[in-house]
Amino acid sequence: MCANVYDIVKAEKLTPDVTRLEIAAPHIAKKAMAGQFVMLTVDEHGERIPLTMADFSPENGTITIAALEIGKTTKKLGTLKAGDSLFSLVGPLGLPTELKNHGTVVCVGGGIGLALMYPVVRALKQAGNQMISIIGAKTKDLLIYEDEIEDVSDELHVCTDDGSKGHHGFVSDVLQKLIDDKRDINVVYAVGPIIMMKVIANLTKPYNIHTVVSLNPIMVDGTGMCGSCRVIIDGETKFGCVDGPEFDGHKVDFENLTARNRRYLAEEEVSLRNFKEAG
Amino acid sequence: MAEEKKSRIVPKKYPMPEQNPEERVKNFDEVPIGQDAETIILEAKRCLQCKESPKRKLCKEGCPVEIDIPAFIKQVQEGDFAEAMRIIRKKQNLPAVCGRVCPYENQCEGNCVVGKKNEPVGIGRIERFLADWERNEQKHGKVEPPTSTGKKVAVVGGGPAGLTVAGDLAKLGHKVTVFEALQYSGGVLVYGIPEFRLPKAIVKAEVDYIKKSGVEIKNDYVIGKVETVDDLLEKYDAVFVGTGAGLPNWTNLEGENLNGILSANEFLTRVNLMKAFNFPDYDTPIRVGKRVVTLGGGNVAMDCARTALRLGAEESIILYRRSDVELPARREEIHHAKEEGVRFELLAAPVRYIGDEDGNVKQIEAVRMKLGEPDASGRRRPIKIEGSNFILDCQTVLVAIGQSPNPLVPMTTPSLKTTKWGTIAVDAEGRTSKKGVFAGGDISTGAATVILAMGDGKRAAKTMHKYLMEDPSWPDAEVFEKAAC
Ligand SMILES: Cc1cc2nc3c(=O)[nH]c(=O)nc-3n(C[C@H](O)[C@H](O)[C@H](O)COP(=O)(O)OP(=O)(O)OC[C@H]3O[C@@H](n4cnc5c(N)ncnc54)[C@H](O)[C@@H]3O)c2cc1C
Ligand SMILES: Cc1cc2nc3c(=O)[nH]c(=O)nc-3n(C[C@H](O)[C@H](O)[C@H](O)COP(=O)(O)OP(=O)(O)OC[C@H]3O[C@@H](n4cnc5c(N)ncnc54)[C@H](O)[C@@H]3O)c2cc1C
Ligand code: SF4
Ligand code: SF4
Ligand code: FES
Repeated sequence: MCANVYDIVKAEKLTPDVTRLEIAAPHIAKKAMAGQFVMLTVDEHGERIPLTMADFSPENGTITIAALEIGKTTKKLGTLKAGDSLFSLVGPLGLPTELKNHGTVVCVGGGIGLALMYPVVRALKQAGNQMISIIGAKTKDLLIYEDEIEDVSDELHVCTDDGSKGHHGFVSDVLQKLIDDKRDINVVYAVGPIIMMKVIANLTKPYNIHTVVSLNPIMVDGTGMCGSCRVIIDGETKFGCVDGPEFDGHKVDFENLTARNRRYLAEEEVSLRNFKEAG
Repeated sequence: MAEEKKSRIVPKKYPMPEQNPEERVKNFDEVPIGQDAETIILEAKRCLQCKESPKRKLCKEGCPVEIDIPAFIKQVQEGDFAEAMRIIRKKQNLPAVCGRVCPYENQCEGNCVVGKKNEPVGIGRIERFLADWERNEQKHGKVEPPTSTGKKVAVVGGGPAGLTVAGDLAKLGHKVTVFEALQYSGGVLVYGIPEFRLPKAIVKAEVDYIKKSGVEIKNDYVIGKVETVDDLLEKYDAVFVGTGAGLPNWTNLEGENLNGILSANEFLTRVNLMKAFNFPDYDTPIRVGKRVVTLGGGNVAMDCARTALRLGAEESIILYRRSDVELPARREEIHHAKEEGVRFELLAAPVRYIGDEDGNVKQIEAVRMKLGEPDASGRRRPIKIEGSNFILDCQTVLVAIGQSPNPLVPMTTPSLKTTKWGTIAVDAEGRTSKKGVFAGGDISTGAATVILAMGDGKRAAKTMHKYLMEDPSWPDAEVFEKAAC
């Protein structure tokens, strides 16, 4: 395969709303680590948005991203096909996941978070950890990366909100059960919607289980220049893009993050409406 | 004879036509419209063509890159713009930029002999005119490729400092690659200084000119992440670090993470680099409330306050803790801001931010200040007047109280010595504590000016050339221990 930098090598839909793209970026693929993200711009008029690398292959010189189509930029991404090219792609950004042998790690993911979780489970497994994965989605058709995660986990628990597959209920129910069963858990890693990460962090706190969450504040440059991504950790301001995106879940001010992520709601709606009207 | 010459002096600069303030606050077009060739020749004729003398300083000595000002002005007097440009280009890689944003009143024009009793010769605007003329007439003269030296140089950061090093070294026959983190090159020129002061098309043309001289620019490359300076040293014969002062300073007051409080960098990057002023044609959003308060009093603060008006703020207020005379911004910028209706709330400092129930800022509490004794910087120290707190309603706060050096390169290059301000320690020639690595611009001086960053670049390029071609020796470690103090 001999693609130009930022050429899309492969494009596919994982669900009607989730697009996976494999993009040629040999220099990034060579350095990428689990937990890191890229900032990409689809076209000259586009916004710079952060997306976690769901995979990377130094051999093929490509990285893979999976995006949930919720607004204009992610919907634009969803229209791209193999052979198209991105305007800009920067990475690898952010601190990688701390890779050491903790013992037993429970990884909890929901929705699009499952794509982000896959390389983390894989890397932590390689680092020698016993990996228990708990994955969830609204319904079974929206479960992504299930097989991949299963391959690198020692134990897999599946949940759906509607009971169409696995446990009928939330990922937090399963985690609670593991704790109640007195399973030996050294670290919990959670990635998914803010509300899910908050619930998990609140759940593990009384048991004093170290809990890592991957935060998704609004970013502009992704390199520490602007502070758009600031989050409050233990009362202190940190930059999500350079000090994170992973933080100690017990110290995160989730209310502030939720409020800050709503900053441009009105404008985002305008963008989306215009995009839909333009077909 | 002498009498005759004196009487011919035109006391004032020929006026620069500008968009009128009521119009221009509604658009992002450049404020000064520019002058025509006849006027520029008349302006040039105000110059006395002073001879150098040990008794007085001349224009030329005020220019950090030592442009031969009398010589190029002489060519303009005679109408030979191409020759004038050739003289400028010998020293200056970004003439259209500096002719616009240089604080020339303190530099070249500050030393101008005519300026002792009258207005100085408009050196900046002549330079601006010539650079624009060159660009528009496409007289960017052919760049002759020099003979290759076979040496490879990596430049980290595509701002004024890095671009200058790149341009100069390429002219000397070195193979130069610039690694720039953002998708566009120019540093603060593209992400910071607004369109209405420095149109981005001009920056692009200057960058293209540098590319024409053989420089390769790799955008989207964050050094420290995709590769480190140490990695670069394995592939290049020398490295220049010009990563600037892009880390925003904060007030660290209660409530600073409320919605509606942005660093100047976030605000200006959204608007300039990402063109949020064209939202929704461009996708990046920006929002300003009815009343916008900008904290700080430098060029960056003026840019924020003026940009806010253009984005539709009804009121734009600068809150600054000292008085008018201490405002660090250029007088011209302050004047422009006042003309446009920016309100100055001087001798006042923020105390805390107050939010509404949705987490948006709604007020800022501030306190009145008075000026005490001069501090180390020679400026009178602002002192709080106890009990003088007041509340200002606002929906947007822009924090423009300075920037610190970008920490990424020093953090990922442990052997690079830094000062207590976080700048990279350099000797007088721009060498760092790591052999083969040079630095300059805001990353080594702290936030300064475009022309000083370029001056640093010029000097470093000279030393790098010598290092690559003649003398690969390096100063002792103590030199940098001292520089780091
Ligand atoms: C470190 C990090 C990693 C991420 N990884 C993934 C991923 O792998 N897959 C995925 O689908 N999503 C990921 N996200 C979220 C993704 O960046 C946003 O969904 C995307 O920017 C939305 O853009 P939009 O124009 O489509 O939607 P919009 O309509 O513009 O926004 C929808 C929502 O997305 C968030 N958002 C908007 N703009 C930004 C921005 N510039 N930066 C961050 N969030 C923004 C806001 O909360 C907003 O309300 C990640 C976010 C971060 C910070
Ligand atoms: C809003 C504003 C207005 C100003 N107005 C004026 C004015 O009117 N007149 C004046 O003379 N000066 C002005 N200045 C100051 C002037 O712009 C700076 O002093 C000058 O740009 C410094 O040049 P530099 O090359 O050192 O750094 P910068 O211009 O900051 O460029 C550094 C470049 O390095 C890149 N970079 C950073 N880290 C990395 C990395 N790890 N890897 C790769 N690339 C990296 C950055 O993206 C950037 O492009 C202003 C500054 C601001 C912010
Ligand atoms: S570069 Fe700046 S200081 Fe030098 S002559 Fe031009 S305007 Fe004056
Ligand atoms: S000091 Fe002023 S008058 Fe004298 S040569 Fe320079 S520009 Fe001309
Ligand atoms: S996104 Fe700008 S500092 Fe993090």
